[in-house]
Amino acid sequence: MSAPVLEVRNLSVHYRIARAGGGQALLRAVEDVSFSVRRGQTLGIVGESGSGKSSIARALLRLVPAAGGTAQFRGADLLALEGAALQQARRHVQMIFQDPLASLDPRMTVEDIIAEPLRVFARELNTAQRRSAVLAMMERVGLAAEHLTRFPHEFSGGQAQRIGIARALILKPDLVVCDEPLSALDVSIKSQISNLLKDLQRELGLTLLFISHDLAAVRFSCDDVLVLYLGRVMELAPRDVLFATPRHPYTRALLDAVPVPDPAAARARRAALLRGELPSPLAPPSGCVFRTRCPVAEPRCAALSPEARRIGDTEVACHLAAG
Amino acid sequence: MSERGLWQDAWRRLKRNRAAMAGGVLLLVILLAALLLPFVSPYTYYSPDWDHLVQPPRFRGWHFLGTDALGRDLLVRTMWGCRISLLVGIAASLVTVVIGVLWGTTAGYVGGRLDALMMRTVDVLYSVPFIPFVIVLTVLFGRELLLIFVAIGAVSWLDIARIVRGQTLTLKNREFVEAARVAGVGTPAMILRHLVPNLIGIVIIYSTLTIPSVILFEAFLSFLGLGVQSPMTSLGSLVAEGAGRMQSYPHLLLVPAVFLAAIIYAFNYLGDGLRDALDPRDR
Amino acid sequence: MAVPARPALLEVRDLAIEYRTPDGVVRAVRGVDLDVREREFVGIVGESGSGKSQLLLALLGLTSPGAVVSGSIRYGSEELVGAPAAVLNRIRGNRISMVFQDPMTALNPYLAIGTQLTEVLRLHRGFTRAAALARAAELLDAVQITEARRRLRQYPHELSGGMRQRVMIAMALACEPQILLADEPTTALDVTVQAQILELLRELRGRTGTAVVLVTHDLGIVAELADRIAVMYAGRIVEEAPVDTLFAASLHPYTDALKRSIPRIDLALPERMASIPGNPPNPARLPTGCAFAPRCGHRIERCTSELPPLREIAPAHRKACCRDDLPAGPGAPA
Repeated sequence: MSAPVLEVRNLSVHYRIARAGGGQALLRAVEDVSFSVRRGQTLGIVGESGSGKSSIARALLRLVPAAGGTAQFRGADLLALEGAALQQARRHVQMIFQDPLASLDPRMTVEDIIAEPLRVFARELNTAQRRSAVLAMMERVGLAAEHLTRFPHEFSGGQAQRIGIARALILKPDLVVCDEPLSALDVSIKSQISNLLKDLQRELGLTLLFISHDLAAVRFSCDDVLVLYLGRVMELAPRDVLFATPRHPYTRALLDAVPVPDPAAARARRAALLRGELPSPLAPPSGCVFRTRCPVAEPRCAALSPEARRIGDTEVACHLAAG
Repeated sequence: MSERGLWQDAWRRLKRNRAAMAGGVLLLVILLAALLLPFVSPYTYYSPDWDHLVQPPRFRGWHFLGTDALGRDLLVRTMWGCRISLLVGIAASLVTVVIGVLWGTTAGYVGGRLDALMMRTVDVLYSVPFIPFVIVLTVLFGRELLLIFVAIGAVSWLDIARIVRGQTLTLKNREFVEAARVAGVGTPAMILRHLVPNLIGIVIIYSTLTIPSVILFEAFLSFLGLGVQSPMTSLGSLVAEGAGRMQSYPHLLLVPAVFLAAIIYAFNYLGDGLRDALDPRDR
Repeated sequence: MAVPARPALLEVRDLAIEYRTPDGVVRAVRGVDLDVREREFVGIVGESGSGKSQLLLALLGLTSPGAVVSGSIRYGSEELVGAPAAVLNRIRGNRISMVFQDPMTALNPYLAIGTQLTEVLRLHRGFTRAAALARAAELLDAVQITEARRRLRQYPHELSGGMRQRVMIAMALACEPQILLADEPTTALDVTVQAQILELLRELRGRTGTAVVLVTHDLGIVAELADRIAVMYAGRIVEEAPVDTLFAASLHPYTDALKRSIPRIDLALPERMASIPGNPPNPARLPTGCAFAPRCGHRIERCTSELPPLREIAPAHRKACCRDDLPAGPGAPA
């Protein structure tokens, strides 16, 4: 069992929202989330809108402040670092963004974009050395040398994402947070990029945090899966265990909702649909936040918030999950 | 896709825009005329020709555009007027833009208290009444060309600073700025490498709008008698002189006014065209 | 299971849509033939650059003013290509209606839901305000929005994405149209909400018998709902078949590759995802011959010089590929 690269405990992210009609409200985007990622492994964070998965990514990258919790990384709490120490830590945690074209500066060439992390952290390199590092990385992600002088808008979504990946990996970071890296891509390109990420992970020994709402993609790319709903952890399990024996009703509902490209199977499967709407994150339900849509909710679910329990390899937060 | 540098691409686009090219050509012609004609002409802008006072335009022979009340050749004076107006316009705008952009991007990107401080300063400066301010400067330092620069520049950067700050606030939330933060880019590099280049479009169009407004400002000052000192002249001064004798000698007003209008028209269209051309995204 | 030949409500013949841009002519749709029959559910599947959305917009004359639309769209006795606004306005929202992709932007943020819902009713059916409101409440019930009366007074920003989409569907069905067009209606929604909306569509269709044309990039959502699927690539239909045939035995290499590149949760996990090499086509720069050839694993000499026509190779099964010797693809990863 490899050592954890990242160990997150009780992470919370809150936003202050201005209320219509004066005053402020507290939006608990992420509430008390804990997980760890082992070296060389990929942890998938799955959830729908309002689940807080993007906020987790942003809090870890220190783009938004965390309201509480710790994130042990390279011997220090990533969430507590400031100034020079934080700057140094950035070298080892990088991010791949959802919208590849939006995450690339439209006025910079491909070379400048990919070389930027080197300019910040590897100032000792001269222009020629930088260029050869950039070219090497480009080759690895499947871009041609002639792309060096082009601009982002000249590329398709898939190629732009490759540029983003090259930029994120050029410093060989310890941890790469992938925030919905496939969502903006065409179907035939998603699989190309999934393969690429997997290959690169193996080649470079990367540790990945893979955030997505696409369960099927997560299944291919991840070793462990964390399921979030309204900012809270519902279930955390190794991939095969989660997909074969989901313990939480929400996980089961998610799996049932994934469309299956097979008419016979789709017709045969008439699973119970999740009723109702996502509650407002400003006023989450008492007790278990999922209870308002849960097909098997009981009175005690409203009274008491379920603690995470261990059942086999799974950690699940549900009063009714049986061993 | 064929390789296209950003500037080549922009140039290509600009060429297709007829109004902008017309404006550019017009400016070029006026600039060349303003620079070269005074050398070619036998007249200077200051020597009176007592034999030919207030002559109307006579397109044959010299005194092409006529003379003014002191017999000075109007064409040469107008060319000098263009020189001064363009100089003041371009130079003051340049300074204005540089100060305004740096101020605006810093305030917008850093945010918080620094932003509040910087923008309150802008608000305070806005409320300074401009004409009394210039009058005070003139009284203190005399009517120097440099003074005009300073006076105009001190006021014009405020608009650009506000606009740029607004744009920066929008840009700040774009994903590529977040990506740069994640890559460890610090504030100065962020401003210079990411924000300013992406603001070029709006800065260019604002500059090309600033130049004519600076020229008009200067014309206004000259009209009030606060501008460049006679016999040196600017388009504004010429217009002022011409306006006084408008009814009897309309050419005195029309000639500089036409040139002034042409310069402003040209800058406006060119500015629009540049803005469109510099947007790197394909349409 | 062959679909019995019902009369065609909508007949599209040789439809082409072009745009003139500074970079040249963009051919978004290049010669599409399509029929929509009564009570049929047609799924149109494609990726970016396939022209699927443009095709749908053209059916209601909603393409942007710069578009050059040629060919024919016959609805009953009316020709819709080049039809005057009066004709189109009579049909839109009334006989043929549309549900758009982004519920956030498709509803007017300044008008209450009730106002927007009753607009179509009063416009096309001459309802009085009271009658229209009553019918609007019924419609909201039909799309499973509870507390219909209260909702009518609310504004779009007060509703969730899923609810807004339901309102759009209610608006589209208000005048009991013959055909409902849907442009990626669930793409912007969460997967659990998507499942609800798809279930709703299935149920409504069973009840009202409206024909539906649904455009999407997701083969999964049409697997369950469609009777017939047309796969588009680079502005043309490359394969069209009844849904079971398309999934079990498709004949075009693109359809095959597309099916294989979809990650599944119900099948064994592959070592690598099957993917299609290269990038989706750029409509401004299409190659000669078959547009899929550069990415096709089965391409031959002919493919780059000839544009294969869409031919019927079996009852109700058409494909646009010059090769007839390829095995029918079940699509499931090996």
